Amino acid sequence: MPKVTYIEYNGTEHLVEVPIGLSVMRGAVNNNVPGIDADCGGECACATCHVYVDPAWLDKTGTPVPGSQEASMLSFAAEGEFNSRLSCQIAMREELDGLIVRMPQGQH
Amino acid sequence: MTTQPPDAYSIPLEAIDVSDPQLYQDDTWYPYFERLRREAPVHWCRESRFGPYWSVSKYRDIMQVEVNHHLYSSDCAISVLDPPKGLERQSFIAMDPPKHDEQRKVVSPAVAPGNLTNLEGLIRERTARVLDGLPRNETFDWVDRVSIELTTMMLATLFDYPWDDRRQLTYWSDVVIANVDAPDSPVHSEEEKFAELTKMTDALGKLFNERAQLPPKFDLLSMLAHNGATRDMPYRELMGNLSLLIVGGNDTTRNSMTGGLWALSQHPQEYQKLRDDPTLVATLVPEIIRYITPVIHMRRTATQEAELGGQHIRVGDKVVMWYVSGNRDPDAIEDPDNFIIDRPRPRQHLSFGFGIHRCVGNRLAELQLRILWEELLPRHPVIEVLAPPRRTYSNFIHGMRSMPVRIPLH
Repeated sequence: MPKVTYIEYNGTEHLVEVPIGLSVMRGAVNNNVPGIDADCGGECACATCHVYVDPAWLDKTGTPVPGSQEASMLSFAAEGEFNSRLSCQIAMREELDGLIVRMPQGQH
Repeated sequence: MTTQPPDAYSIPLEAIDVSDPQLYQDDTWYPYFERLRREAPVHWCRESRFGPYWSVSKYRDIMQVEVNHHLYSSDCAISVLDPPKGLERQSFIAMDPPKHDEQRKVVSPAVAPGNLTNLEGLIRERTARVLDGLPRNETFDWVDRVSIELTTMMLATLFDYPWDDRRQLTYWSDVVIANVDAPDSPVHSEEEKFAELTKMTDALGKLFNERAQLPPKFDLLSMLAHNGATRDMPYRELMGNLSLLIVGGNDTTRNSMTGGLWALSQHPQEYQKLRDDPTLVATLVPEIIRYITPVIHMRRTATQEAELGGQHIRVGDKVVMWYVSGNRDPDAIEDPDNFIIDRPRPRQHLSFGFGIHRCVGNRLAELQLRILWEELLPRHPVIEVLAPPRRTYSNFIHGMRSMPVRIPLH
């Protein structure tokens, strides 16, 4: 099963197996990885599953389509960066095995 | 003498009108929404004092409206009551993109995680001081002594408003949300309300202008005064945005501070669970916010033909999302009528709204509530609530005006 490394703001790492098809958000929540709140449960409606994708993985995860709901919600997140994503919008695939994402200071 | 409300199940379905503010002042709204969720989840009310409107009462349907802001507009009106003709005030909560986005981003950093870390110590120190000063073995009003006091201090800090005049902010907040038909309203006509809000805008506008001349600081007025998106707002827009920030910045948290104690007092086994394990404050706080639902509804206006919950929505229709109902929807939240302080997934509720208009201050509200309960439990583990809260006559803000309590001697 593909694995994702979640790195908390304080540097703590969590290596988690995430089944194909499941979102990167769900992978964190199901394994009690702190730092991802996912208040809306994966509807792309709250921006509380904000992560920074390791730049080396950006080609594979992609970035939000300009004007999309994800881009719109992310624009309100604190400390948005070029590699910001809502982790509920990244579905796990085989080629994402080894993905590294970092958490912001706090979800907003 | 009050009249008995009609039985929610004996009146014809089409006659149900959940916009009646009396339902919320009397706290009798529950069966009406229980019926709507079962029989007409997207329900057309043809006649009300606010005109015809759709009621959206289920969690999933509300979410649909929230995320489709291009179909369901916030432009000019966000409550079932239309703005008073000729006395309109613009604010970013009642705007669509792109202007909404630009103005929201001006104030957002004040309530973002980084600044909350800076504020936590101050909030804790003040909360401790207020709680240490509460009387023992004597009846007092929890709303005035705790809920208003703490949230008004927060508001004065956010605006960097003169400290000794801070209750003025509370008064203006009450004016903004006032239903002018209510006997206990601080103002009794829209004209009178507008006149009071003019005083507010002049007082805060003076500070706004002073701060525009000074280097930028991290308070809301300075932030508004220095940003291109808000620096040159017309007077009515300044009035609207100040009203929004004042109400958003205190009233909803005030009512959650009161409502949380009320809910715990009505669920003594949960209160005991909390005393036995104070770490449950983490899940208590979102559960309070769900259970109390400080904002009763938000309204949108359809900009296109749309299907919602099997109903056909026409251009221009009022679409009302009843957060109080979605938060009690058993298809989304297990055992929703119970107050359970250690629920799994307690953060999945509608009280902050979802989508681009989601409450910008939600993390600050949670922080204030968390600190209140963390500081309260060791000081005053037992607080007797002597009567139910007196509630606000409003279908929009779920307000609690007063609640008598007593802290017994040990």
